[in-house]
Amino acid sequence: MNKIVANVEEACEGIQDGMTLMIGGFGLCGIPENSISELVKLNVTGLTCISNNAGVDDFGLGLLLQKKQIKKMISSYVGENDEFERQMLSGELEVDLIPQGSLAERCRAGGAGIPAFFTPAGYGTEVAEGKEVREFDGKPHILESALTADFAIVKAWKGDTAGNLVFKGTARNFNPMMAMAGKITIAEVEELLEPGELNPNEIHTPGIFVQRIFQGKGYEKRIEQRTVRQK
Amino acid sequence: MALNKNEIAQRIAQELQSGWYVNLGIGIPTLVANYISKGIEVEFQSENGILGMGPFPFEGEEDADLINAGKQTITALPGAVYFDSATSFAMIRGQHVQLTVLGAMEVSETGDIANWKIPGKMVKGMGGAMDLVASADNIIVAMMHTNRAGESKLLKSCSLPLTGVGCVKKIVTNLAVLEVVKGGFKLLERAPGVSVEEIKAATEGTLIIEGDIPEMKL
Repeated sequence: MNKIVANVEEACEGIQDGMTLMIGGFGLCGIPENSISELVKLNVTGLTCISNNAGVDDFGLGLLLQKKQIKKMISSYVGENDEFERQMLSGELEVDLIPQGSLAERCRAGGAGIPAFFTPAGYGTEVAEGKEVREFDGKPHILESALTADFAIVKAWKGDTAGNLVFKGTARNFNPMMAMAGKITIAEVEELLEPGELNPNEIHTPGIFVQRIFQGKGYEKRIEQRTVRQK
Repeated sequence: MALNKNEIAQRIAQELQSGWYVNLGIGIPTLVANYISKGIEVEFQSENGILGMGPFPFEGEEDADLINAGKQTITALPGAVYFDSATSFAMIRGQHVQLTVLGAMEVSETGDIANWKIPGKMVKGMGGAMDLVASADNIIVAMMHTNRAGESKLLKSCSLPLTGVGCVKKIVTNLAVLEVVKGGFKLLERAPGVSVEEIKAATEGTLIIEGDIPEMKL
């Protein structure tokens, strides 16, 4: 099945004000740079963004924050972003902070047809407020619900026109789960291949989860914390 | 002399046992990897999706697609593996990781930990810390004994929003090694040249002192 679209404009067709979007990546690693730029251009507003982080001030989702396109963020860690902190503390931005493992599993559950699950993470903390608590083997767990999105936007290293994806290094992170949880999933890839060019044994995300795929360009791949050792 | 951050990491490294998978948090915990004794074989997990994490890369060899949970560029050792975030936290929640080392702003004498939020001042988020502390069997906290204002970080009960409840087992500070037991913080070791009285003065929570307290060996 051919999932290919011509470009980022076509890939993002249908994204409207007030929608819920999942955006893959951890920090600036494995983020869909092309699609984020397109969202800035489209100037869609009132977005709910589900993403582990919120980028930095001038890159990643930080670009959408600057233009006040985001109404609500659902994330696990939002340090490294002054504009984010300012909007959150002033109440302009709604923020739902949830444990990283719960965020990953909530996306996975959303894509896997599991409406909710119990986890020990967050029991006894603010995260548990208003949530059902149940003991299993004498240990308290809280009920977390699945997450889905109108659009999930992910970034892969290689992909084929059938939508099969392979990720590189730690740029995989949230991308596979989010790909599963989007009503429409957009995949941008560094290298777009023909069916058969990827080894079926080594595909990370099966194409069934992807509706639109395109060849991205001009990846900056900014490094947040460049850390080296001496020779 | 109270320990510096590297010495705290050095002391924690002594706790590592061969065959363990270990998750190191941001800050002092990251330094633990620099002090693994010869003959001890452990593998480091970083919750953003790598097992078999190696040292920082040499200049010019950084890869934007290869970072740790602190977003620092890293390398992968032979036998390393990458995985998605759901699999990563399956390793953590499923107790396949034997030891978690993380920093804290406060620890209570019942093992509660607070390290993600200062209401009205700082909200960075919990990242993976809540999943890690809720599930790990063995949690060591690496931190300074007191905060910048000189106030104790080892408390009767935490004043900041909690990250986890009753989960911390051991604490290594610049002054001491302590174990969380029924009734309070049991003093196990002193930093070289630091007296029991000094540790007592810096500890707000109940300090349990039994017999002579040995000095740490670094």
